[in-house]
Amino acid sequence: MNQLFGFVKKEFTHIFRDPRTMVILFGIPIIQLMLFGYVITTEIKDARIAFLDHSNDNVTREIKNKLLSSGYFRLDANLIQESEIDPIFKKGDVKQVVVFERNFAQKLEREGKADIQVIADASDPNTAQMLYNYTNAIVQDYTKKKYAGFTIPVQIKSEVRMLYNENMVGAFMYVPGTMALILMLISAMMTSITIAREKEMGTMEILLVSPLKAYQIVLGKVAPYLILSIIDACIVVFLGNTVFGVPIRGSLFVLAFLVILYITMALSLGILISAVANSQQVAMFISGFALMLPTMLLSGFIFPIKNMPEVLQILSNFMPPRWFIDAIKQVMLKGNGLEYIWPNVLILSAMTTLFLVLSIRKFKLRLE
Amino acid sequence: MIEPLMIKIANIEKSYGDLKALKGISLEVEKGELFGLIGPDGAGKTTLMRILVTLLLPDKGFASLDGLDVVADFRKIRLMVGYMPGRFSLYQDLTVEENLQFFATVFGGTVKKNYHLIKDIYSQIEPFKNRPAGKLSGGMKQKLALSCALIHAPKVLILDEPTTGVDAVSRKEFWEMLNNLRKMGITIMVSTPYMDEANLCDRVALFQNGNVLSVDTPKNITNSFSRKLLSVKIESTAQRFETVNLLKQLKGVDSVFSFGDTIHVTCGQKDMDENSIRKYLMAKGQQNVSVDEISASIEDVFMELMQKVDN
Repeated sequence: MNQLFGFVKKEFTHIFRDPRTMVILFGIPIIQLMLFGYVITTEIKDARIAFLDHSNDNVTREIKNKLLSSGYFRLDANLIQESEIDPIFKKGDVKQVVVFERNFAQKLEREGKADIQVIADASDPNTAQMLYNYTNAIVQDYTKKKYAGFTIPVQIKSEVRMLYNENMVGAFMYVPGTMALILMLISAMMTSITIAREKEMGTMEILLVSPLKAYQIVLGKVAPYLILSIIDACIVVFLGNTVFGVPIRGSLFVLAFLVILYITMALSLGILISAVANSQQVAMFISGFALMLPTMLLSGFIFPIKNMPEVLQILSNFMPPRWFIDAIKQVMLKGNGLEYIWPNVLILSAMTTLFLVLSIRKFKLRLE
Repeated sequence: MIEPLMIKIANIEKSYGDLKALKGISLEVEKGELFGLIGPDGAGKTTLMRILVTLLLPDKGFASLDGLDVVADFRKIRLMVGYMPGRFSLYQDLTVEENLQFFATVFGGTVKKNYHLIKDIYSQIEPFKNRPAGKLSGGMKQKLALSCALIHAPKVLILDEPTTGVDAVSRKEFWEMLNNLRKMGITIMVSTPYMDEANLCDRVALFQNGNVLSVDTPKNITNSFSRKLLSVKIESTAQRFETVNLLKQLKGVDSVFSFGDTIHVTCGQKDMDENSIRKYLMAKGQQNVSVDEISASIEDVFMELMQKVDN
């Protein structure tokens, strides 16, 4: 017990004495969370648009005002003729041009129908689609209010309510994802690197010759990172809650349980990597490419799993973060308890056991 | 009187892929001996030591420390052996004191308990106990590494090239420390590529290409040199290469080796004398030649043995 304690103490000294490790442990999580939360946002704000108003009457002016006062759009230019549309898109600032046809108000009154043409820059298809949706919604809303007295013969109205994330805040999606990514980074990458470092520096040779047992070396390496990862998870949840308003609707106990389970899984994966890697660079490479990319791309963190080709969908089942992100969203956003997330817990536990068994079997008591 | 055996090595073989690192080594080291493994890099010294400290498994053969099998009883051996790898293998970011304490705890003891063993060594680096180990000089690093290897009071010390890359003064100090430890009853096996250090051991084994060429006391080894050894000195070092070639052409000369700032020539006892060589070299235009008969050093024996193996 004393031996283990001495080992853990030594590990903490390594960590606290190395500024780079400290930055990775506490700087990167905060920076990453802020980046994902603020920069990589899918929400539309102040998108630049231009108008080509052939009619310029009271109705078109009202619609234009509505659009500009929504907060989503900002006026870039008022165009005079069609030929100006192409050059303005090519310049790149303007994402959408709204064209009103001639005699707009007149036509609307006489025929009950007038056309607005929306031209969008679809070199970024997601943004283009979203801009169009917002424009359409604003115009619909305007007509509905203005002609409230009119009755339209048959009408099916769909009232949309976005459950669990009423305002479609991107952070609700990114905070759990970031947590999965950061915990993977710190737990798996840092442990694999620190064990590889012992091999690289030759200190592993002395540790092996000492009476330390394999489990003591592994536990001594893992314990400090378990504690630090838990602290990181707390920071992410706290910042997500206070800065981005991500709610914690489920029980804190279940949340903590899930996070610790996931960290344990990542730590055992880290040990497994270090059993294979003999240098810090190899460890970094394996954990960087083999863990980070799939965590980001195949876990449903950024790209929805349902939209992936079938092969990748099957592959994503083997990505531990996928099950973690899904479960943590359920707990934080829906307030679900273990009765809903038990399949995820079961899968993560199975993966953890597998990695642990493999890494203990792979851990060499000798140099070869 | 024969002391009981501490290290027993019998027909140990070890290969790395196609490379045979050890080709059937047998050695015996008595309790309390200071035993040297002498040989150039790649001779197999490190491999043998790693097998003894249970870091590698032998392909064939048997080895034991204090009666414990290095394969079956590896856990017990790890408790009683002190090992210093060839490369400095302490934590560079931990201080001198932290390193020592860590290794004491790992072996389930305290620094206090065995302080008497390391007192002479550690007291020399104690003034720097708050300095990170990575910032110590080469000699101080070795002292710290030795302290760490000793802190659990091992019965056997296995030191892999402890003096490589260390300055001459520190090397001398280090050997004095080993001598003191031997007096305390610790069996020590130490490897070195420096032939002159062989004389400081009780017995040495000469290693070459995974074979042991000879095992004996340094004195017996140098006495075993059967031929005449002459040391040739010339004034200008620039001509040395030419001189070596000239000597090689001389009839009756067995071997010629450049040896520091002199040239060592071996020949049969009656084939050659100092004068004939001097005259020969003077006749070939060399100046200020001095030739003396000397007694052989370990290195001369080593060269002779290697030549025999090659032939």
